[in-house]
Amino acid sequence: MGRIQLKDVQKTFGNVEVIPPLNLEIEDGEFVVFVGPSGCGKSTLLRLIAGLEDTTSGNIEIDDIDATDLPPAKRSLAMVFQSYALYPHMSVRKNIAFPMKMAKIDLETQNTKVEAAAKSLNLTDYLDRKPGQLSGGQRQRVAIGRAIVREPAAFLFDEPLSNLDAALRVGMRLEIMDLHKKLETTMIYVTHDQVEAMTMADKIVVLQDGRIEQVGSPLELYHTPKNKFVAGFIGSPKMNLIEGIEAKKLNASTIGIRPEHIKMSKTEGLWKGTVGVAEHLGSDTFIHIHNTGLLEMMTVRISGDVQVKHGEAIYLTPEKNKIHCFDAVGDRIL
Amino acid sequence: MATKASRSSARLMISPAVILLLGWMLVPLCMTVYFSFLYYNLLQPGTTSFAGWDNYYWFITDPSFTEAIKNTLFLVGGVLFITTIGGLGAALLLDKPMFGQGLIRIMVIAPFFVMPTVSALVWKNMFMNPVNGIFGQIVTGFGFPPIDFFGQYPLASITFIVSWMWLPFATLILLTALQSLDQDQLEAAEMDGASWLNRFWYIMLPHLARAITVVILIQTIFLLSVFAEILVTTNGGPGTATTNLTYLIYVSSLLQFDVGMGSAGGVIAIILANIVAIFLMRMIGKNLDA
Amino acid sequence: MARSISKKSKIINTLVAGFIGFLMFFPILWIVVLSFKTEENAIRAPLEILFSSGWTMESFQTVQARSDYLKHFSNSVIISLGSTALALIVAVPAAWSMAFVPSRHTKNVLMWMLSTKMLPPVGVLVPIYLLFRDFDLLDTRFGLTIVLMLINLPIIIWMLYTYFKEIPGEILEAARMDGASLREEIIYVLTPMAIPGIASTVLLNIILAWNEAFWTINLTAAKAAPLTAFITSYSSPEGLFYAKLSAASIMAIAPILIMGWFSQKQLVRGLTFGAVK
Repeated sequence: MGRIQLKDVQKTFGNVEVIPPLNLEIEDGEFVVFVGPSGCGKSTLLRLIAGLEDTTSGNIEIDDIDATDLPPAKRSLAMVFQSYALYPHMSVRKNIAFPMKMAKIDLETQNTKVEAAAKSLNLTDYLDRKPGQLSGGQRQRVAIGRAIVREPAAFLFDEPLSNLDAALRVGMRLEIMDLHKKLETTMIYVTHDQVEAMTMADKIVVLQDGRIEQVGSPLELYHTPKNKFVAGFIGSPKMNLIEGIEAKKLNASTIGIRPEHIKMSKTEGLWKGTVGVAEHLGSDTFIHIHNTGLLEMMTVRISGDVQVKHGEAIYLTPEKNKIHCFDAVGDRIL
Repeated sequence: MATKASRSSARLMISPAVILLLGWMLVPLCMTVYFSFLYYNLLQPGTTSFAGWDNYYWFITDPSFTEAIKNTLFLVGGVLFITTIGGLGAALLLDKPMFGQGLIRIMVIAPFFVMPTVSALVWKNMFMNPVNGIFGQIVTGFGFPPIDFFGQYPLASITFIVSWMWLPFATLILLTALQSLDQDQLEAAEMDGASWLNRFWYIMLPHLARAITVVILIQTIFLLSVFAEILVTTNGGPGTATTNLTYLIYVSSLLQFDVGMGSAGGVIAIILANIVAIFLMRMIGKNLDA
Repeated sequence: MARSISKKSKIINTLVAGFIGFLMFFPILWIVVLSFKTEENAIRAPLEILFSSGWTMESFQTVQARSDYLKHFSNSVIISLGSTALALIVAVPAAWSMAFVPSRHTKNVLMWMLSTKMLPPVGVLVPIYLLFRDFDLLDTRFGLTIVLMLINLPIIIWMLYTYFKEIPGEILEAARMDGASLREEIIYVLTPMAIPGIASTVLLNIILAWNEAFWTINLTAAKAAPLTAFITSYSSPEGLFYAKLSAASIMAIAPILIMGWFSQKQLVRGLTFGAVK
């Protein structure tokens, strides 16, 4: 249940090839995150899997059955939309029951399942309200409830947390992860937020311009990004990417070092620079360094509070074994 | 959202409408064009024959044609003038804060919903009748001789009546457009020292230019076809003093039963309307992309 | 705008606007007044009519007693409702497909449909009249209903299209993901959400059909004539019976005035074809 395979899936809109032939395997029970910048095709890919768009060529298999020509209703998938897409004229109860009504399930079973879903999502008090009377977080939960009762082979999430405020987002993230642990159903989650990707995923698929740049677990992507794009995309703040002499020293076109892998000293180090803006988060501080001669602005993370003055001279030393090397095309040099 | 399945059902669902409208447009249109090239009078059924351009020639050279064109221009131009300026004024007025705005709006809008035959009759008989109509009574009360509106100024009278009916339309459209004007712009202008007249001329009017154009174009298309008001008040008379192009064609077709001539007139009317329609379609097209 | 507007200027505005409104509305007001007067009183000087003569229902009764008035009233009702209902059956699917499954032709098709409304009716008067004559449709309610449906179809499709476009597409997709077939999607999700828009369109169309005064006059005689045509018989000499004219007029326009009250916004939307927002 819940194994999805994409074989040479391609999508063209008019003359534009949005997704060149793409292959991907999603195992049963995995939490897979599609991540990438705006316009990378992640939502399109999700919609192809859902059946809301037709593939231009290629096959989609769900549990080894060719679903390429099946309409969404028959693919046994459930989707949670970015705007929740709740039925405004129906109560919460009716919203959650709707998929079962379409499946012609008897009323008694419908009621039982609605009650159960409502209980697990803390919606029992709101069952008779209409979506317009709910808060953003509550609406999100109704959307999830509606998806759960379908008992799908896989859940599809299309940037579900983008419309929530920051605090709510963190809470909902955990709730969705809890849900995954409980149901053990495959979940495909689309987001542009790499923090969500890193914290939630079993497997991350990084996309750019419709192409898969890398597939791997969060830590794999963090420690061994396959190319410059993935290296710069995963990890916040971004990895420092340096070209020029320093890179040539290591026989690479570009080298990368993450802010958290640079040691800072007031007295000595490999590189010299001037302190620019410092961002104090309390637990960490990110300092932006200028005038290194290597990079317009280098970011360094130090834990806690270190007293540095704006404009002060500072020395930096990267951790040797944490330097990533990339060739002229941008691919990783092993 | 656009999958193969939904695309084919979409095509199916739109076809009845397309077929009906296509039929409605093509069939009568082709027939009109066809008839316009025939000598065909319903009163003389057996004598139908090919006429070439004769119908058009006779239709255009007939003095009543020139008269009808003049009347049409007067009617359309007059109504446009009154409704555009009046509508603008009414819109500006209604946009201001006041008590009972809802009620006043309804009173201003109401005339548009009265059927044309009722409007025309009520105005002609109850207001403009020199003996018993209100205007006559009021004026006589002050000792002045009453004006026989329909006797002396029939076309102007009809123009007035039609204006009364269409003023609400222009007002509504312009008011809607006016209310979409960003108040911040006006306030900024006020801070910049602009008087009300300046603000009107440099900010409101340009914003309204588009709406005014739409009002003019749409009204023109409908005003070219004014019919019932003329039928019910003057029957096009005296003589052809109040005959517009539409009425002229009506007379030719249904009163004189000259199908050939009437069709030629119809083709001319269609061409004229099309000219206006082309401009209107361009404006609509621009907005459809938005 | 958080600016306090002086009460004084509000009052002035109200007076001026109220005066203009009164002037515009006066004819309608006047026929209401006159419909409650006797014929002799109806032709006296206006102030006399207003203040010194009695009120009566006799004009309404006279008009009502003419059975043909009721017949024409019901004709108006039948063709207005009928043409609207028929048009909806054709228009809802058409508007649905253009709003939710647009193709690159959609815009052109829509504009073409609107352009058919710009055809001057007099241009096709002859063939329609002849066709109706040959198919025995002259002076039938059925024939008139068909014509009225066709001339208002573009507006109905246009209005439904704009209302449908306002429904978030994602909600319909959610229905699809929830297992709804096309039919179920339209019945359980689209239609309930589109009801207000459909109601507005229906209202506007009834008004347009009720007041249509070209085809209703030219294609009917005694049997199928609706009120628009019937009132022409009051042209003269009946028209000089002010009280009767007023009563007949009020009964003819009252339903529409009430509906018009509710349709102002729809009027702008429907008759400017979106060129004004």
